[in-house]
Amino acid sequence: MSAEELTLIEKTDKNISEEADALTNSDAAVNICDADEYSVVYERPHTLLDVNMHYCPGCAHSLVHKLIMEAVEELGIQEDTIGVAPVGCAVFAYDYMNVDMQEAAHGRATAVATGIKRLLPDKYVFTYQGDGDLAAIGIAETIHTINRGENILIVFINNAVYGMTSGQMAPTTLAGMKTTTSPFGRDTSVYGYPIKVSELISQLPGSFYVTRQAVNKNTAVRKTKKAILNALNYQKLNKGTCFVEIIGNCPSNWKMTPLESNDFIDEHMVKTFPLGDVKLPGAEDLKQLNQTGDKQPC
Amino acid sequence: METKLMKGNEALAEAAIQAGCDAYFGYPITPQSEVLEYLAREIPKYSTKEHIRVVLQAESEIASINMVYGAAGAGFRVMTSSSSPGISLMQEGISYIAGAELPCLIVNVNRAGPGLGTIQPGQGDYFQATKGGGHGDYKLIVLAPSSVQEMADFVFLGFDLADKYRNPVMILSDGAIGQMMEKVTFGKYNVHKTEKPWATTGKPESRGRNYITSLHIQPEKLEVHNLKLIEKYKEIEKNEVRYEEIMTEDAEYIFVAYGLSARICHKAAIIAREKGIKAGMFRPVTLFPFPSKRLNELAETAKLFLTAELNSGQMVEDVRLAVNGKVNVEFYGRLGGMVPNPEEIVNKLENLISKENVS
Repeated sequence: MSAEELTLIEKTDKNISEEADALTNSDAAVNICDADEYSVVYERPHTLLDVNMHYCPGCAHSLVHKLIMEAVEELGIQEDTIGVAPVGCAVFAYDYMNVDMQEAAHGRATAVATGIKRLLPDKYVFTYQGDGDLAAIGIAETIHTINRGENILIVFINNAVYGMTSGQMAPTTLAGMKTTTSPFGRDTSVYGYPIKVSELISQLPGSFYVTRQAVNKNTAVRKTKKAILNALNYQKLNKGTCFVEIIGNCPSNWKMTPLESNDFIDEHMVKTFPLGDVKLPGAEDLKQLNQTGDKQPC
Repeated sequence: METKLMKGNEALAEAAIQAGCDAYFGYPITPQSEVLEYLAREIPKYSTKEHIRVVLQAESEIASINMVYGAAGAGFRVMTSSSSPGISLMQEGISYIAGAELPCLIVNVNRAGPGLGTIQPGQGDYFQATKGGGHGDYKLIVLAPSSVQEMADFVFLGFDLADKYRNPVMILSDGAIGQMMEKVTFGKYNVHKTEKPWATTGKPESRGRNYITSLHIQPEKLEVHNLKLIEKYKEIEKNEVRYEEIMTEDAEYIFVAYGLSARICHKAAIIAREKGIKAGMFRPVTLFPFPSKRLNELAETAKLFLTAELNSGQMVEDVRLAVNGKVNVEFYGRLGGMVPNPEEIVNKLENLISKENVS
């Protein structure tokens, strides 16, 4: 390391400690500490177990886990919810989500969910799948499950790589994107183009609500939360499959800092995978939803 | 009690309904498509709002077995059926089911292979059925029917054993037993359904969450799980061995065969007796647990075992392990969907006896 670089680091360290001192000594800080009464503005949903997660720093999985469990708590359906998490980074989801869950083989989550939902039609069933799982090895199950209109929620985390096996090319890897198995960038003449799953499955009559969201900034997180909440709630209607695609990040395998990975979503991912609703329920369907009330089993 | 003339596959399907099967998931394949057809027609008649019963044609055998996983994990009495190539496709799912200890019934109406092979009967899936089949260390309980009556009976038995041990049970039949028509009597069995407090039915406040998994990422924990499975298999070996013996009391020459081959060997033993040869037949009914102990006892007095199979020699290895050199174990097999007649097998025995006398 050069002398110049060292000086820079020292300066930066000094700046940070000065800023911290300033904050501690400021009036604002004192006022906060002296306040007598607090109001709870945020807490962990009780449907999420209070344990450390294994996810890499900055990874979207932990956030999406929380959003789903918040939705379950807000809808009051913890007793009636069964989740399915297949092979992938989220295979341990049952260590975090405080609902009954089944781990599934790679690609088979929607078949497993079909088995559960057909026999327990009054329960809320969701799957939580990655892009390799849902769009490569499990694409047949994905399409046929949705084509049957299975009345479940599919949460699809699309981060364009195989995360758990450390960064191989996925069916949703962007054209030209480098991964460990496309080290020179995804060559579309060899591997074809990223599959736009939401657009694909929205063509099937069995899909009821299809949306693509992200969680790389506050506004996006709020929209995703709303989408999950709606999608779970729609199960009451028994109208077909709800599909919430979430553009996730993968700082570790994208070889980026978490912040860089969030920017990459805005700069690159959304160009191939535009955010927004792809298929919405009709007004008549929603009217029916209001009639069923909020807390009934679906 | 009701006696009907039925195809093996249809008797099995009817038994599934009577045994309280909540759900059947399957995919068409010859020679067992009648199971799905029969249930597609009959199960909806029994489905009510209070007791939902499901029949679903899946998009593949892979999907079928994973639907079985999901429904079994939710605590229901579930089954699937297929034939050899389809059972190969299910092996991954079966391994997961065994690992997650889910009770279910899997039926293989064995045809001849390898590959697409043919739709005629075969017993080439013996190793696959009894030695695991998929990846990892596990066992299925394997029942081998040799009549249409047993196609029905073993559905009741299979579901009960699956629930008792939280283990997948396989009925290993073949294209002939599945397709032939015979008399079958229903109404002999009571349906026993067990409580499944481990099932994922939705978590009430009164208990912690239930989860179904075959994943134990820490080696220390997986080894404990593996040892637990082995203990269970030992328990099954202790309690559940089933076999049938025909004219073995004074037999010097014993045919060892299961399923369709056992029917042929039964006749072969009768023909041999008529010729003055003291022949008998031993039929393993459970292929796992294998009736090794009884075979070993019979080896004390018999001069020769002749194992006959519709493959190139699979169960014969278990027979040899069972007798551990006490007696000569010979093999006769037909392949490719070809089925031997009893005379062929008697000829083989006579040849072996004459060789024995020469030496």
